[in-house]
Amino acid sequence: MARDLSAAPAVLNLVESRTAHAREQAAELLAAVSPSALGREAGAHIVGLTGPPGVGKSSLLSRLAAGWRAREQSVAVLAVDPSSRRSGGALLGDRARIEHDPRDRSVFIRSMAAGDRLGGLAPATRAAAGVLAVAFDVVVIETVGVGQSETEVADVADTVAVVVQPGAGDVLQFLKAGIMEVPDVLVVTKADLGRVAQRTAADLHAALRSLGSDSTVVVVSSLPPGSGIDELLAALEAHREGLDLGRRRLGARRAHALADFVTEYGEHGLRALGGRREAQRWLGAQDAGSDVPALVRALEQRADRAGGAPASRPGS
Amino acid sequence: MMRTYAGHSDAKRSNELYRRNLAKGQTGLSIAFDLPTQTGYDPDHELARGEVGKVGVSIAHRGDMTTLLHDIPLDQMNTSMTINATAAWLLSLYIVAAQDEGIAESELQGTTQNDILKEYLSRGTYAFPPGPSMRLIADTIAYTVTHVPKWNPINICSYHLQEAGATPVQEIAFSMSNAIAVLDSVRERVDPSLMGEVFGRISFFVNAGVRFVEEHAKLRAMGELWEELGRERYGVEDPKHLRFRYGVQVNSLGLTEAQPENNVYRITLEALAVTLGRNARARAVQLPAWNEALGLPRPWDQQWSLRLQQILAYETDLLEYGDIFEGSKVMDGLVSELVAGAREEMERVRELGGAVEAVDYMKSGLVESHRERWRRIESGEMVVVGMNRFDSTEPSPLTADADGGILVVDPEVERERRAALDEWRATRDQAAVDAALAELARVARDPDENIMPASIAAARAGVTTGEWSQTLRDAFGEYRAPTGVGEAAAVSGEDLIELHEEVERVSEALGRRIKFLVGKPGLDGHSNGAEQIAVRARDAGMDVVYEGIRLTPSQIATSAAQEGVHVIGLSILSGSHAELIPAVLEALREAGVGDIPVVVGGIIPESDAIALREAGVAAVYTPKDWDLNRMMRDIISLVAVRHSVPA
Repeated sequence: MARDLSAAPAVLNLVESRTAHAREQAAELLAAVSPSALGREAGAHIVGLTGPPGVGKSSLLSRLAAGWRAREQSVAVLAVDPSSRRSGGALLGDRARIEHDPRDRSVFIRSMAAGDRLGGLAPATRAAAGVLAVAFDVVVIETVGVGQSETEVADVADTVAVVVQPGAGDVLQFLKAGIMEVPDVLVVTKADLGRVAQRTAADLHAALRSLGSDSTVVVVSSLPPGSGIDELLAALEAHREGLDLGRRRLGARRAHALADFVTEYGEHGLRALGGRREAQRWLGAQDAGSDVPALVRALEQRADRAGGAPASRPGS
Repeated sequence: MMRTYAGHSDAKRSNELYRRNLAKGQTGLSIAFDLPTQTGYDPDHELARGEVGKVGVSIAHRGDMTTLLHDIPLDQMNTSMTINATAAWLLSLYIVAAQDEGIAESELQGTTQNDILKEYLSRGTYAFPPGPSMRLIADTIAYTVTHVPKWNPINICSYHLQEAGATPVQEIAFSMSNAIAVLDSVRERVDPSLMGEVFGRISFFVNAGVRFVEEHAKLRAMGELWEELGRERYGVEDPKHLRFRYGVQVNSLGLTEAQPENNVYRITLEALAVTLGRNARARAVQLPAWNEALGLPRPWDQQWSLRLQQILAYETDLLEYGDIFEGSKVMDGLVSELVAGAREEMERVRELGGAVEAVDYMKSGLVESHRERWRRIESGEMVVVGMNRFDSTEPSPLTADADGGILVVDPEVERERRAALDEWRATRDQAAVDAALAELARVARDPDENIMPASIAAARAGVTTGEWSQTLRDAFGEYRAPTGVGEAAAVSGEDLIELHEEVERVSEALGRRIKFLVGKPGLDGHSNGAEQIAVRARDAGMDVVYEGIRLTPSQIATSAAQEGVHVIGLSILSGSHAELIPAVLEALREAGVGDIPVVVGGIIPESDAIALREAGVAAVYTPKDWDLNRMMRDIISLVAVRHSVPA
């Protein structure tokens, strides 16, 4: 499928599907786009964009997408929204807020419901990002929340940008207290609020300094007219260029495999692997080119030998 | 004053209609504009497709306005224009048309609705973001207070809030908060000595539902709060300026498609709500036609509504007494209850930073109230005669006509309008137009300038509605209002359990959760129905993609394809379904997803519904299909059948 962007919807339908048949096909697909099959990491820049509701993520994304398109880069967006715990259903409304030309085949937007993963990623988001990364130049994962969601996003994305609005005390607190991980890029929106925005940026700088983090870039942006977008694009790109991509993606695949395993077998399965730490250590010794389904299978076999998990996944 | 809301097709046909209505004893004009004019698009814009001349008259430039007002004595006329985002522009065209007839702007009397917040909250014909929109409103007020002193530059509308589901308390509180936001921004643009005049020129456009005792109390409560606001916040002292002035259009939300003749009684009772007590009596009353839930009223339908007002005014003794509720303990108690509730809500809005900042809060509050109202109708707690109770009926002779009992706009109008616009553009002085637009752009970017003089100059130069609006869009940016659905409470109830299980069962068989795209093609901004359907589908357990209003067919098709949805619901209330739905179906086929089942909801006569089903629509829903759970069951089973999931 290398660069056939029109296949994206069908591929997404496949990786989201939980039927046994679809899962086999999805595993084949993931194997076909694994680094060992491709001989390299998938080329896209996977960007995580997260922040509290109402902070202006979608407007920001509109400008970013326009910026990437102006550089003739294709863009895929996975917009993750929370699901209702009561009904399991979800209202997905972000795509309309991301301004783009509907006829532009190089922009792909897919809304995903997070399911029961509160503040986190939809079960299929990781796989979707992995596959889209083969075909698109940029893959953005947009999630809502502060404190949890960026942690999960960090396990998938090459670069994580957290968006905050002026006066965002919660983010400052969470950063200092170590409740949230230090993002690669911090974006302060609504710069039209002037001094409040500048002060927030200064506070964030100070907090980052006190945490000994000198790699995080703080960008101040306003919408409209969209100042700071070029700076933000440059910051994202600079982060990606300075990154040991192979290492980050490898970490992401291993985290993904473990997450999938835990979704399937829970704490019981985890105990059979000797606990989370032990499982991570063991995964760290596996072949770096393995795709996620292969890693999950390896985990299953190991757990099975320890007598803790069923020999195979239910239904496969 | 008596008038009926009218206008359709083009300026010439509407002018004939107005002159007929005036001959029948109507004493003012109330102009209905089509959606492209209201949202600032010329008839040849992509988004105007199917909407030209549909819900009102299409006015694209000075020439149209002159034709519209031909042989109508503007110096004696009181003209109400239902225009908001583009109010400054249509007022400019009106001023220029009057000047061409030798009438000075200072002579003109009338009203521009000019209230943008309720467009974000309910009606959907906004064009610009909130900040710049408030500036345009303030500009027109500042301009008219000195140049067109008899003009009511704004009509703060609580009407549409009730249509969107507002409770009486919300209706009072949100409209008062809106007025505060407007007055605060005008205060920065006029001489302080004029604030009394400004306050006195602000009028309201309210709603009256069938619970007419409470509705009357609501109006008394609004009068009380308005006077207090004038005195305390703006230092207004002149009692003349402090009077709460309002016009009324009675409730459309409660009008039914089932047994529509009963709407005549409802309208009569609602008219009493706004006229009974002299201390809170409406200045102007507009009554809807009995068949509004079926489509656009014909002249005879409008005449029937006008006669009701005339009977009230001239046959009854209503106008012979003082205030008949003075000293009533029941009425006083109701009023103080509403005032207290409204104060609390107003305080909330204030805490959020005022009405402009609180749009999201108010919108989700309305979606929530509407959801609750609908739940009460479905459960039978709230009785709607002829709809959820007493619903057996004899065949109606009134709706038996071949045309389905509604006026149909000739689809040729759109083509004619496009051709006429080409001709206008070809014959005007292009250099003058370019210069006027350049000046308009400069003024728009300078918040210290007033938009009106440059707009009047542009109107005179021959600029079109679309050009004026595009110039401002370029300066101000585009905007999408909140949909409010994400925040709506997720309810679970007995009646939902069964639906929920069915969604789970079918989703399990499909391999992923049923995904439902709810779309509103075209310019129609009445999103209340689509919102309720989106929320209900979520509560039934579906993943719902809802993008709000004003989508082109190609946007909907792209969303459907990229999102991998199982079923699509389209809602159109402007009557443009015959053009827009086939356009969406075509776009879906082009996007390779023509096999996704499509259902349509709207004010759709049966003859059109047949045509839509023939074109490939799986089901058509009209206001008589008020049972949303039944609709959900249909939708789930459509998906099941399409994907061969056994029942």
